[in-house]
Amino acid sequence: MTTSFLIELTVLILAAFLGFEVISKVPTLLHTPLMSGTNAIHGIVIVGAIIVAGLPDQDTWIRVVSLAAVALATGNVVGGFVVTDRMLEMFKRRPGERKEGERS
Amino acid sequence: MSRTDGITVAYLVTIICFILALRFLSSPAHARKGNWIGAFGMAVAIVATFFLPQLDSSTFWPIFVVMAVAAPVGAYAARAVKMTAMPQMVALFNGVGGGAAALIALADFHNTAPEPGLLDVNVSISTVFSGLVGSVSFAGSMIAFAKLQEWIGGRPIVYPGQKLGNAALLGALVALAVVIVAGVQEDALLIGLIAGAAAFGVLFVLPIGGADMPVVIALLNAFTGLAASATGFVLHQTVLIVSGMLVGASGTLLTLLMARAMGRSVANVLFGAFGQLQVSPEAQVAGDGAVRPTTPEDVAVMLAYAKRVIIVPGYGLAVAQAQHAVRELAEELEKRGVDVRFAIHPVAGRMPGHMNVLLAEANVPYDQLYEMDAINPDFDQTDVALVIGANDVVNPAARNQPGSPIYGMPILNVDHARNVVVLKRSMAPGFAGIDNPLFTDPKTVMLFGDAKDSVEKLIAALKRV
Repeated sequence: MTTSFLIELTVLILAAFLGFEVISKVPTLLHTPLMSGTNAIHGIVIVGAIIVAGLPDQDTWIRVVSLAAVALATGNVVGGFVVTDRMLEMFKRRPGERKEGERS
Repeated sequence: MSRTDGITVAYLVTIICFILALRFLSSPAHARKGNWIGAFGMAVAIVATFFLPQLDSSTFWPIFVVMAVAAPVGAYAARAVKMTAMPQMVALFNGVGGGAAALIALADFHNTAPEPGLLDVNVSISTVFSGLVGSVSFAGSMIAFAKLQEWIGGRPIVYPGQKLGNAALLGALVALAVVIVAGVQEDALLIGLIAGAAAFGVLFVLPIGGADMPVVIALLNAFTGLAASATGFVLHQTVLIVSGMLVGASGTLLTLLMARAMGRSVANVLFGAFGQLQVSPEAQVAGDGAVRPTTPEDVAVMLAYAKRVIIVPGYGLAVAQAQHAVRELAEELEKRGVDVRFAIHPVAGRMPGHMNVLLAEANVPYDQLYEMDAINPDFDQTDVALVIGANDVVNPAARNQPGSPIYGMPILNVDHARNVVVLKRSMAPGFAGIDNPLFTDPKTVMLFGDAKDSVEKLIAALKRV
């Protein structure tokens, strides 16, 4: 048990409470964008992936493994934000303009 | 301020952006802006990471190449996916994120544990957690994806000794994790753990039926978040700890909400193999009263002279691709001064909130979409409840037949409306395989046929009224 670990643990617990607080205010209307949005957020593993892939002097197989992680995380991040945007764009109020045939 | 301090501040900006992104999701008016704030935060984190002093810039070019290839693939998938396929997409991203977390754990383990017993206990625990949970999430998500995509049957796959076998495998994995934490820090052990966890993920999701996928996807979402958070402990990066935990909290909340909307416990959903055990319909009588079939013309008249109409869409509507036709029907009625609203059950669709997205895509304004608790009291003052492709979520047996398998599940009180019209393909039972007394209720009429076809006929008939 080190102090830095205890600080990290504190941050984790606070984030958990904050998460519950913020997310309980999201209406059911937006639960699918919430899922895809949080999907994009867990793409933050890309930071971890870059770190392990960017360390000097590593075995080739570890490089391959970490680059695979970078690839997965990148797809996760980009796809997650793009699909969430696409969805949120569709939610319109009553007099909203109609865009027919915009299916991709 | 040193370079590391600057990077820490950048990560703080990222965290704030993510929290704001979630905050903005509390209203559809701001949600889109929030998403871009989140994306901005992510970009800040990615750029900042490349400035970390422990990284070697000569290793960057393969990273850039990989990112340049993967980013358009992700963007393309996100643009091409149909809204009905959103659950698969989310499952896939869950899996991908979980897989990345497991791989990071492995790579870092190899780097920092050259000699047995060198790792801090908290780091080694985080490493095995990240590897285990990330890998379960990866493999489980792939099976969920395959089920939703109908590559494999949506029916639960069960065999004798399944629970015992799964429990034994999980026990073995935990034992292996303990051995690693205790000091036997060999690459092979962690690789074994990750591979075993993948096998467990497959076996864990296989027995869960297609109708329960909303719960599974939400749970896997939580798993991936927690795996990402654990990666933060491994690498001592607060930004990962916080972001992962936010996702973990969201997934957990949604899992609980979905299970509650089905009137079951999470454990029952995960281990109950719903639809398998309860599809023994010999006890179910195929309706004691007769159903009353009707014609589009009759329904059109009924709707045209109604004051208040509530449309209850189920997944059958999406399967028939009738969303646009239904929106037209609603507009046609509104032109005649009818008050039209949509009642959305939380489990309508294949993931939390799915039906709202499908209707929004068809340009139904979101202020017309009502959630169950908000609209249930209004059915008493409703002239016509129009049920399209929904079954179990409007089954009054859930409220008043204690013996029914879905008893206790919250439902839309469609039977309180003065008239009920059910659009249905045939008299086949719903997902749960349970008889629905609503169909034989004296105030219910049935309009049989493909949902899209029926709704289009309704619109045509309405224009002639």
